[in-house]
Amino acid sequence: MNDVAAYRRTLRLYTLGLVLAVLLTAVSFAVVGLTALNGPGLWWVLYGCGALQVMVHFRCFLHISLARSHRHDLWLLLFSGLIIALMVGGTFWVLLSQMARMGG
Amino acid sequence: MSDLHGWLLGRLSWDALPFYSAIATVAAGVLVAGVLAAVLFIAATRRWGYLWREWLTSLDHKRIGVMYVVLALVMLVRGVIEGVLLRTQQAVAINNPGFLPPEHFSQLFTTHGTIMIFFMAMPFLTGLINIVVPLQIGARDVRFALLNAISLWLTVAGAGLVMISLVLGRFSTGGWSGYPPYTEPPYQTGVGPDYWIWALTLSSIGATLTGINFATTLYKERAPGMAFMRLPLFAWTALCTSILMIFAMPPLTVATLLLALDRYLGFHFFSNTDGGNLMNYINLFWLFGHPEVYILVLPSFGIFSEVFPTFSAKRLYGYTSLVLATLAITVLSFTVWLHHFFTMGQSAGVNAAFGIATMLIAIPTGVKIYDWMLTMFRGRVRLTVPLIYASLFLMLFVVGGLTGMTLATPPVDFQLHNTTYLVAHFHNMLIPGTLFGLLAGYTYWFPKVFGFRLNEHWGRVAAVCFGLGFLLAFMPLYLLGAAGMPRRLSVIHQSAFAPALWVAEAGAVLLFAAVASLVVQLIVSIRQRDHTRAPLGDPWNGRTLEWASPSPPPAYNFAVLPAVHDRDAFMWLKEQGQAYRAVVQPAPINMPRNTPVALFIGAASFVAAFGLVWHIGWAALGGVLAAVACVVVRSFNRHTHQTVSSAELAAEHNRWVAAVQAAEAVNRDLELDPRNRGRAEPTL
Ligand code: HEM
Ligand SMILES: [Cu+2]
Repeated sequence: MNDVAAYRRTLRLYTLGLVLAVLLTAVSFAVVGLTALNGPGLWWVLYGCGALQVMVHFRCFLHISLARSHRHDLWLLLFSGLIIALMVGGTFWVLLSQMARMGG
Repeated sequence: MSDLHGWLLGRLSWDALPFYSAIATVAAGVLVAGVLAAVLFIAATRRWGYLWREWLTSLDHKRIGVMYVVLALVMLVRGVIEGVLLRTQQAVAINNPGFLPPEHFSQLFTTHGTIMIFFMAMPFLTGLINIVVPLQIGARDVRFALLNAISLWLTVAGAGLVMISLVLGRFSTGGWSGYPPYTEPPYQTGVGPDYWIWALTLSSIGATLTGINFATTLYKERAPGMAFMRLPLFAWTALCTSILMIFAMPPLTVATLLLALDRYLGFHFFSNTDGGNLMNYINLFWLFGHPEVYILVLPSFGIFSEVFPTFSAKRLYGYTSLVLATLAITVLSFTVWLHHFFTMGQSAGVNAAFGIATMLIAIPTGVKIYDWMLTMFRGRVRLTVPLIYASLFLMLFVVGGLTGMTLATPPVDFQLHNTTYLVAHFHNMLIPGTLFGLLAGYTYWFPKVFGFRLNEHWGRVAAVCFGLGFLLAFMPLYLLGAAGMPRRLSVIHQSAFAPALWVAEAGAVLLFAAVASLVVQLIVSIRQRDHTRAPLGDPWNGRTLEWASPSPPPAYNFAVLPAVHDRDAFMWLKEQGQAYRAVVQPAPINMPRNTPVALFIGAASFVAAFGLVWHIGWAALGGVLAAVACVVVRSFNRHTHQTVSSAELAAEHNRWVAAVQAAEAVNRDLELDPRNRGRAEPTL
């Protein structure tokens, strides 16, 4: 009995995740393709959709919540955060430096 | 007519056959003949059924591991032959065209680099991790057994693409790093870069999945008592390599896919015009590329960390510092990628920061070198094949590290980049570091997997040829590079380079002899297997849990999961007299059933990639759909596991325990003697 209830709950979470993920993707494409939005306004919408997408994946697919975060999970998240910060931050630093020096 | 041809075969036509260079024709012939011979041999000995049931459809991590290593060894042979061809051309073609047309020469360094990195080193280390890690951590299997097989078959599909490019069409001439814009349509319109793109895409997806699988396995499947600070060092390096794979492979997948969009759909991510920026590619590629070199070398560090204590009969010196050094290297490896493009226009400040970060990696690596030397200090050292590789590594790797320091200094790099100095440096890391480690592991764990030892004599011949061959082949390249010889040069217009190039040629011949010795060793070992059997499981007086089972181990590895009380878990059990104990009524075990699904997914991906390469729409689409269909159909299968009963487990386990107890324990003087059946006398 309990199993069935848990199964239902998980299924609901996954379905919710799928719907939200598809929706956020569709919105991103739609603002680029169908609206006249341009420049920083457009970027912020896209960044926002991206950030929400990450959270949807964490919550609905990876079952990570702040409340009962296992210590190992937290370590892994922090580590991932560090590596992504290094890669993304470093990329900006390098490419902006090149752009500035090459007049691009 | 031409419409039908286009629909059926895309761009494939008679022109695709390899008649542009005699060497290419011969290579294609050898490949076709080799495949045919293998197929016929298996059919003649009626082994197709056996191969299908026991290997191709197996989900057993040990068998998957063996298949990875077989792939790696086959690709190693091709890679080395290509290396020798490249060296020979450079020795011969001094002020004359040599025997390889320039276009073919470029294809050869591209396939050589691509094969050695993605289809030799990666499958080799993945195979060894597959075979050993679950045993070492006291697990029955990896966390996701089917996913593991899918990773394997995706990698095989990628390797298959590189292989078939020998027969149909030509490979890319853009080097293993495939820099645009040269790999884009205006410069290379043929299928070459497409072969390269899809081969790498398949193998990088396979590697990402492997990373996820092994990180999860190491997190979730450790035996009771196996705390992180009790993990054997090879397991630690496997964990760090897996993490590196998870984070480093996606940038490569993204880079190759964006390049594909440029090539197929006229996008402009990396083109010269229309707002494209090739720096984005170079940045993405090395975001993958530098962590990749640690993916390649960390497992070998782990192997050496097992080999030194075992063949010195001592505890590993400085365990904690080795673990911390490994972790430090893992994190630092994400902070240095720019040293691969110091000369590409960013400010001196950026270069200095990345140069310093690069040099920092020498600190944890240096710590490791001392730990390994101190492990041997006053030990009972036996100079067996794995230890010969390990000693060669200690001496040669330091040289490579030091030349790396020179290259990490931006002003020096401005002089030396793109010369053979760089070629010497990275071979100095990859051959003594990665390859020697993998070969040491191959020799060390071979008896665990097959139940008999490899021939020692031919192993030594191979190791010595590798050591000397490496020195002769690559030390001259440091001099040539410092003298200004560019890399990837098919014709040389400088007679003064001739002597050094001929020394390097001699080295290449020795390296070829080394690989030939490996082949001979395997054949001789199989023939003599009755003299080298060690079915009881512990031929080297091992310290870690992979030796706590019979050789070969049963599919479920352990009838009862071992309890871990110490870092050297198996040594502790042996010392406490608890290593070989009979069991009563062990709990039944659920093991995954064999399935061909993974093989089908690999085959479908191969068809899809081949279709993409040659613009054959139905194959590309059909392959992708078939792969997806396999996953969907499989998810309806509820009979994925089978149970091994308690009685069966007890019988098999107790038979082994009885055999061990009846056997004579041999001391280390008899390690290579036929009397060594795999029960070791405690060395105190
Ligand atoms: C064992 C014998 C080997 C020989 C004789 C050999 C020889 C060569 C030669 C002649 C080149 C071209 C140098 C140039 O550009 O001037 C080359 C490139 C390369 N080799 Fe090797 N090599 C060997 C082993 C390996 C191994 C074990 C690896 C990696 C695990 C490796 C990875 C590479 C890579 C990545 C390149 C660069 C390809 C490119 O330019 O895009 N090689 N090798
Ligand atoms: Cu690097």
